[in-house]
Amino acid sequence: MTQALFQKIGGESAVNAAVDIFYRKVLADDRVNGFFDDVDMERQAAKQKAFLTMAFGGPNNYTGADMRRGHAHLVTRGLNDQHFDIIVEHLAATLKELNVAQDNIDQVATICESTRKDILGR
Amino acid sequence: MPEIILDDTAYASTTGETVLDTLTRNGATVPSSCRSGVCQTCLMRAVDGAVPPESQKGLKDTLRARGYFLACQCMPTEALRIERPGAEARRLAAKVHAITPLNREIVSVALECSDMGDYRAGQFINVFKDDSLSRSYSLASAPAIDPHLTLHVRKMENGRVSGWIHEALRVGDQVAISQPLGECFYVPSDPEQPLLLMGTGSGLAPLYGIIRDALRHGHRGPIHLYHGSGHKHGLYLIDELRALAREHANVQYHPCVSREEPSEDLRRGRVVDIALSDLTALAYWRVFLCGHPDMVQSAKKRLYLAGASLKNIYADAFIHSAA
Repeated sequence: MTQALFQKIGGESAVNAAVDIFYRKVLADDRVNGFFDDVDMERQAAKQKAFLTMAFGGPNNYTGADMRRGHAHLVTRGLNDQHFDIIVEHLAATLKELNVAQDNIDQVATICESTRKDILGR
Repeated sequence: MPEIILDDTAYASTTGETVLDTLTRNGATVPSSCRSGVCQTCLMRAVDGAVPPESQKGLKDTLRARGYFLACQCMPTEALRIERPGAEARRLAAKVHAITPLNREIVSVALECSDMGDYRAGQFINVFKDDSLSRSYSLASAPAIDPHLTLHVRKMENGRVSGWIHEALRVGDQVAISQPLGECFYVPSDPEQPLLLMGTGSGLAPLYGIIRDALRHGHRGPIHLYHGSGHKHGLYLIDELRALAREHANVQYHPCVSREEPSEDLRRGRVVDIALSDLTALAYWRVFLCGHPDMVQSAKKRLYLAGASLKNIYADAFIHSAA
């Protein structure tokens, strides 16, 4: 069913279109950009692309354990629910700009929500 | 920890160490320069054992298939028997045709190299001082325009290669160079696309090749070139670039100085600030950046935030070596 969502949103080309807009919103937001301060923008953008593919219901190899390990160092730096909500809002706004239907945006938000506990290390 | 065997000598690696670290820590001589997987100077070949894929990033398929890898990017996961690169990764012989001062600290070095084959304006080559010491220099020349390969070499403080080029190298000398490398070049895919070229110091070199290459391909969209230095004496090719802007209505040349009051139509400030005050809506622009790595990183971020797409920003990530 998530594969169907991925197709409805537009597949890989939607990810490519979304990553530029999404990552720009995140980098411009002082409330969260401290967590994305990797000097290598290409590497950071590649990570965002992997995240968006997962959030759009596309093919991915993420496990809950990966999520925990990958974000543990950010949790020690203070990553919390509020930051998580801001990222999800930026993602929803990105999809709106790309004219994705609201019920599909809601489904993306649900997929994101399912990762909250792992990302915040709870 | 996995063992590395080179020239029948075994070297024990420690955790988190690259093959290059292991070898140099134990006194083996391996050429290297940028240590960030860009310049390909530390290319080696695995005869036995598999190397991690990230150590083969950016290599040609043919080299990858034969076990070539970059020692500075290779954290071995199993024992490796390795050798130095063979003829297919060979160095080319070049002859110094001319050395011409461009300003107080930068010289233009023109090289003749009959084996160079095709290259793209904006690519770079490695210049070898000897077997183990080399540096990467961008090409300022453009094929089909310039008869020789041309480099702009700035004399770095205590620079072992740039000092040698400035003080010891003479016309007629033979030097070893690499094949052309790098992804920072013009592709004639959209002749109407606006181009932004931004460089500091000798970072003008690839931009000087790219702008003339784009015009030769009949590029019609606006082309803005910003060249910056602290002081006027750090700029160069000013007359040539002004002439280029006069000949081509779509070219605008902006020489910028950041640490003195500007004179003679120079502009005051840092190139990134000036370009961002001139240009808005960068969404469809193609951007070429070259210069100090801090400038390149910061420009990349600010241009992206101003609307440029990451896939349209071209820069080869040189890491300046201390000496």
